[in-house]
Amino acid sequence: MTTLILAVALFLLANLVVALIAAARGPTAADRMLMALLIGTTGTGILGLLAHAMRLPALVDVALVLALLAAIGGIAFAKRAWQGKEGENE
Amino acid sequence: MSEWLSMVLLVAGAFFFFAGTVGLLRFPDVYSRLHALAKVDNLGLGCVLLGLALQAESLAAALKLLLIWPLVLAASAGIGFAIARRADALGIAPWRKDGP
Repeated sequence: MTTLILAVALFLLANLVVALIAAARGPTAADRMLMALLIGTTGTGILGLLAHAMRLPALVDVALVLALLAAIGGIAFAKRAWQGKEGENE
Repeated sequence: MSEWLSMVLLVAGAFFFFAGTVGLLRFPDVYSRLHALAKVDNLGLGCVLLGLALQAESLAAALKLLLIWPLVLAASAGIGFAIARRADALGIAPWRKDGP
């Protein structure tokens, strides 16, 4: 069972690496921000899996913090940081 | 029994995460990429957390795992709405099949 959990965690990590390509491709700043939000969701899943596989319940708290930070970061990006066209290659 | 159910849920969660990543890579504009992120990935996270909660030692630990899911769902609903409205306000045109 632990093997399956670790395999799923590794698969999610590989997903994140592939999604970095999407972040590099852009074209708008929002597409790069979506990558950070993806790290929030997938990272929460990975940390939950690791908490179970490695018998470290504290990692569940880390997962909660990551989910909260992704939420705050996304809202701050949409409301304040995203000002428009500069630096976009479209 | 619950062991099998948990394994099925974990694999299903991994599949949904994979589908979300494919959507993020393949969809043409920011509005449709928001779909891949806000829906499919959260379904995958729900499957993974449910599968883990079935194996938790105590009821409190299982409930704590399951409480992460509504938090992430509410957050992604708000973020998806905020980013899409901002993109619309900045004048980013939605993708159309026959060109913009």
